[in-house]
Amino acid sequence: MLQVIIKRVLIAIPVILVVASLTFFLVRMAPGGPFDADKVVPPQVMKNLNAVYNLDAPLMVQYKDYMLNLLQGDFGPSFRYPGRSVTEMIFTGLPVTFELAFYAIIVAILIGSLAGVLAAVKRNTALDYIPMTIAMIGICMPTFLLGPLLVLIFGIQFEVLPVSGWGSLSGDKILPSITLGAAYAAYIARLSRGGMLETLSQDYIRTARAKGLPEYKVIINHALQGGLVPVVSFLGPAIAGLIGGSFVVETIFQIPGLGRFYVEAAFNRDYTMILGTTIFFSSLIIFFNLLSDIAVLLMNPRARSDA
Amino acid sequence: MKTFNIILFLFILSGCGENISPVDSALEKQILLFGNGSEPQGLDPHIVTGVPEHHLLISLCEGLTIANPKGGDNLPGVAESWEISPDGKKYTFYLNKNARWSNGDPITANDFVWSWMRILTPSLGSQYPDMLYYVKGASDFHQGLTEDFSMVGVKAVNDHELSVELNNPTPFFIKLLSHYSTYPVHKDTVLKHGSIDDRNGQWTRPGNFVCNGPMNLKTWELNKEIVVEKNHLYWDADKVRLNQIIYYPVSNESTEDRMFRAGQLHVTNVVPLEKCPVYIENNNPNLRIEPYMGTYFYRINTLHPILKDKNVRLALAYAINRKQIVENVSKCGQKEAYSFTPPGSAGYEPDTTIPFDPELAKSLIADAGYANGEGFPVLEILFNTQEGHRKIALAVQQMWQENLGISVQLVNQDWKVYLAREMTGDFQISRAGWIGDYEDPNTFLDTLRPNRGNNKTGWENKEYDELVALANATNDQSSRYEYLYQAERILIDEMPIIPIYTYVRQYQLSNDVKGWYPNLLDTHHPKFIYLER
Repeated sequence: MLQVIIKRVLIAIPVILVVASLTFFLVRMAPGGPFDADKVVPPQVMKNLNAVYNLDAPLMVQYKDYMLNLLQGDFGPSFRYPGRSVTEMIFTGLPVTFELAFYAIIVAILIGSLAGVLAAVKRNTALDYIPMTIAMIGICMPTFLLGPLLVLIFGIQFEVLPVSGWGSLSGDKILPSITLGAAYAAYIARLSRGGMLETLSQDYIRTARAKGLPEYKVIINHALQGGLVPVVSFLGPAIAGLIGGSFVVETIFQIPGLGRFYVEAAFNRDYTMILGTTIFFSSLIIFFNLLSDIAVLLMNPRARSDA
Repeated sequence: MKTFNIILFLFILSGCGENISPVDSALEKQILLFGNGSEPQGLDPHIVTGVPEHHLLISLCEGLTIANPKGGDNLPGVAESWEISPDGKKYTFYLNKNARWSNGDPITANDFVWSWMRILTPSLGSQYPDMLYYVKGASDFHQGLTEDFSMVGVKAVNDHELSVELNNPTPFFIKLLSHYSTYPVHKDTVLKHGSIDDRNGQWTRPGNFVCNGPMNLKTWELNKEIVVEKNHLYWDADKVRLNQIIYYPVSNESTEDRMFRAGQLHVTNVVPLEKCPVYIENNNPNLRIEPYMGTYFYRINTLHPILKDKNVRLALAYAINRKQIVENVSKCGQKEAYSFTPPGSAGYEPDTTIPFDPELAKSLIADAGYANGEGFPVLEILFNTQEGHRKIALAVQQMWQENLGISVQLVNQDWKVYLAREMTGDFQISRAGWIGDYEDPNTFLDTLRPNRGNNKTGWENKEYDELVALANATNDQSSRYEYLYQAERILIDEMPIIPIYTYVRQYQLSNDVKGWYPNLLDTHHPKFIYLER
């Protein structure tokens, strides 16, 4: 297994370098620059600004300088927010985004796997149809609809939860976590139902039942481990997706996370910030995929022998 | 079922009993909860540009004058009084001897000299140095033609007397001095955290920040909130009744609207486009619609082979029914615009008109060689992606089709792409807006002079240029306005831009907020504001 991990890490390095280089040239190709504004910046001022940020050097020189700094872990200063480094901004937003993703994934796993397992065990009954219908709606309903809907009901109509914020008012983390987790809960419900159904039809489950084990023991001790494998392999990309895709929820609920920096950087042509966040997110995705692969290896003996 | 149960459970955890909103609890503590648009770029008055930054900086720092909350002439700031020489070119400011920095140091005339030198230092890369170009020698220093700052017309006569010499009598100069680009910064603090031209200096961080406004910087959490609290060393601290202001960078209009409805904000930055007509119809008591010094217009590329013909431009302008646009499309109290400068700013009332006259428009386009629109190529209207702009462009497209028989295409682009296309002249007609920096028609009319970066139309008119220059060299307000009225007439007669409507400020304000008055520049100085129910 160690070999697999080392191999994967070694592949990751060139991947990140390619991502960094591609992003570097792609953002430069986009029309408009970081200092373009509604009120035109006089040419003299633009010249000064370009000089301050090394934008007057030839593109290849800028590329070389950037990559050399990157190898030393320096993402450079933000163009949009003078006085702030990209690293500082990433590490300001990251804990919040992580926390949000953590609560969301807890919501997703709790609701999703409970509903999925229940649906599989009570197959073709109301306990199967109702959660699965809700799951289908959950998958189809985008967060930008669910979020405001929850806010209107619980924040404005019943006035029981704050409509925005993160850690400022009591209970303000509940609605964003549910909103972000809901879609993933729905996926997890369907995946765990499918996984459980497959496992429940296996011979070793029949053997367990034949030996007279009570049904709950069959499910908890024998079926769950195999039935939840699809969920675990989904969790890696899901966590990466939660972190990278939290932008909409962060915007709806006014949460100071990394997703907002990422998207706003693209709109602002904040070159260093776009690069920094892209490289950071790519690394995260690679890391979480690796983690979930390792978890699957640990849970599934067959995959272990394939590896 | 499970989902519902868990939501219910989470509710119980959240403490459903608390029904006191933040606005309720802020009342007694005199804390203003302020929706401030986007996250400010920073707090260095010589580097930042933008409205959210302006809101913060009028709390944290103070220039020689401050904007009058009720509009009109500026009020004393750090300068308690001033004298203007008879030719209008020499200003002497007498600084308030009680004016102090937030660390207790007295504010001296030298602080202003050093601060103005800083913003004019080319390597700082400030984007607003031209606010001081009216000062003698300032432009030369900024453009590197001289490195000797003593050639610039700002001098400290003594600790409390500042003398400023201008190139021309500039009647709006006092108004410029409440703009943050002219604010003083604390020299020792700036230099402690970097050099005079360091854009990335850390002096604006909480704990380091020293300035001279009615409020002090307390905390700053990126994309979450900035908290400022009363500065007891401020020279007019007795007048300041607010204890704190919390600025929330809420860039999403719908989120901001929901925050206001849930009692989490006293004042919003805007009202969502689709909500405005609804709130008007429901007589929402918190809705504020106030005159604003800005014009929404269509910019024409006069270098385009078809659009360089004045008759075509006039035809396009006369075929637009502005009344219908404000009543049926924008629907938020906007006023039809018949001049570039919004009427009423500093007593300026231009007499220009733009008729809605399809017959006249038809004959003008026929004179240009396109009778009934035949042979007229398909032009593009460029706009930045936003629903409001799209609706107006659709209406204009339809009016031109109906009234002139010509078709245009709508092209929407991301903000930066739109800016780049406008700047390089890669457009035919583009939607545009202009908001005044100070309350004077010059902030509008100056932009359309030749060689002004913000002109972007390619239009050059010698007579217009001379009239605006003449107005700026005149000390007498009535003859100055007379020149500007003439310039405005030339503009509307030539139509390099087609005015559509005059902006209004639309936002929501809690009834608890007192001492908040409408004014054209939408500047609400915190020292006049308080909370009372």
